[in-house]
Amino acid sequence: MVGIVGYGAYLPRYRIKAEVIAKQWGSDPVAIVRGLQLNEKTVPGMDEDTITISVEAAKNAVRRAQINPQEIGAVYIGSESHPYAVKPSGTILIDALGIGPDVHVASYEFACKAGSEAMFVAYSLVKAGEMKYAMGIGADTSQGAPGDALEYSASAGGAAFIMGKEKVVAEILFTHSYTSDTPDFWRREGEYYPRHGGRFTGEPAYFRHIIGAGIALLEKSKISPKDFKYAVFHMPNGKFPMEVGKRLGFTKEQIETGWLVPYMGNTYSGSSPTGLAAILDVAKPGDLIFMVSFGSGAGSDGFIFRVTDEITKVQDRAVKTRELLDNNKIYLNYGEYAKFRRKIKLNE
Amino acid sequence: MITARYHREVPQRFRLEANKCVSCGHINFPPRLVCPKCKGQKFDNVVLKDEGKLLTYTILRVAADRFSKETPIAVGIVELEDGVKITTQIADVDVDTLQIGQKVKLVLRKIQEDGKAGILCYGYKAVVI
Repeated sequence: MVGIVGYGAYLPRYRIKAEVIAKQWGSDPVAIVRGLQLNEKTVPGMDEDTITISVEAAKNAVRRAQINPQEIGAVYIGSESHPYAVKPSGTILIDALGIGPDVHVASYEFACKAGSEAMFVAYSLVKAGEMKYAMGIGADTSQGAPGDALEYSASAGGAAFIMGKEKVVAEILFTHSYTSDTPDFWRREGEYYPRHGGRFTGEPAYFRHIIGAGIALLEKSKISPKDFKYAVFHMPNGKFPMEVGKRLGFTKEQIETGWLVPYMGNTYSGSSPTGLAAILDVAKPGDLIFMVSFGSGAGSDGFIFRVTDEITKVQDRAVKTRELLDNNKIYLNYGEYAKFRRKIKLNE
Repeated sequence: MITARYHREVPQRFRLEANKCVSCGHINFPPRLVCPKCKGQKFDNVVLKDEGKLLTYTILRVAADRFSKETPIAVGIVELEDGVKITTQIADVDVDTLQIGQKVKLVLRKIQEDGKAGILCYGYKAVVI
């Protein structure tokens, strides 16, 4: 059975509290924290980007898999904040990890679901017998315009997954993708910040696609929501994943292990993959995991994983996601945050 | 344009590739053709450990133009677990909390940008663990 043989996450150390952003723009901090269920978010250092985040997550995945990086036949990085408009992110990653040059590399983009896209293609190539191992990564240093609601959530982080057939820690039992042309959120070429359709991002976009993929997965697998130990959904804010999980028949207890968003923010392409990494950190053999991503534009990729006996051997080989979230935090004020995120216009 | 020079340094900046003298065991980083200790000319390729301790450091409060928005910048000498000493920037740190002897780990970070439209250069920096 094909599945995950190694996984790893990475989150920057810098943080900004939602109340600091709210005070900057004269908004009510209590209402923001309560309404969006966002307390704080990660902020990338000035020297961090999607590539450096992907490299650190991928190193953790290789540490867990304990494989020869030369045997990885494909590396795909999904992100909407690739540092170059023209030049792949993955080439830097393969050189940093000692993968290739006999390797297939590509940068993927599909708003917030580019990471699960990369995971799906990596899984499919291994399943097809094209290669022994393939790596799918979701990472972002997402952008939110100053004063926009996105500024409370747009954060940075990512997770990497190595797919293979031997020593699998989580088998992939079923997958399903659900896609339609839904213009809920976009960024035109040359624009610095994305635009969104406000409330239109909810029902016709996030909820329709996650529920579409989720119901199809449940029907395909004939597994009931109550049989899963964990569920993780794309996390644009604290409220949406809990609500969509409830509508699909999952409980708060099943969701909260991977529900990192109140203290991580929305890591876009790294959102549900990072949640999955946090679940794998504590999962036990036999546990079933339900995952559905969401990317604006719009689509969802769904996976059902079954954790194997191998999981307990790999969990402690690399840093755990909750450790990255809870330790070594450095808090920024709004001015420092604006500088870090290059929101201040400077003379050339 | 710094493209060619940057590309030549990738094995060291990305993967910490060094060489070890076959006759005396001295590790050269970056690799050398002649061992500075015993003049030996046979080497094994090795990859340096990515963890070590901070031997000393200084804080740059006035930096070159390209880095002037990143001050204060901590730069230190790190002794890696295999005994090699390297000079590196220390990232993600409140510079007032740095202490000699702290355990550090090397991570890949953006080192510089070749202007607004040039390439992005990556390499190792240390973070306190």
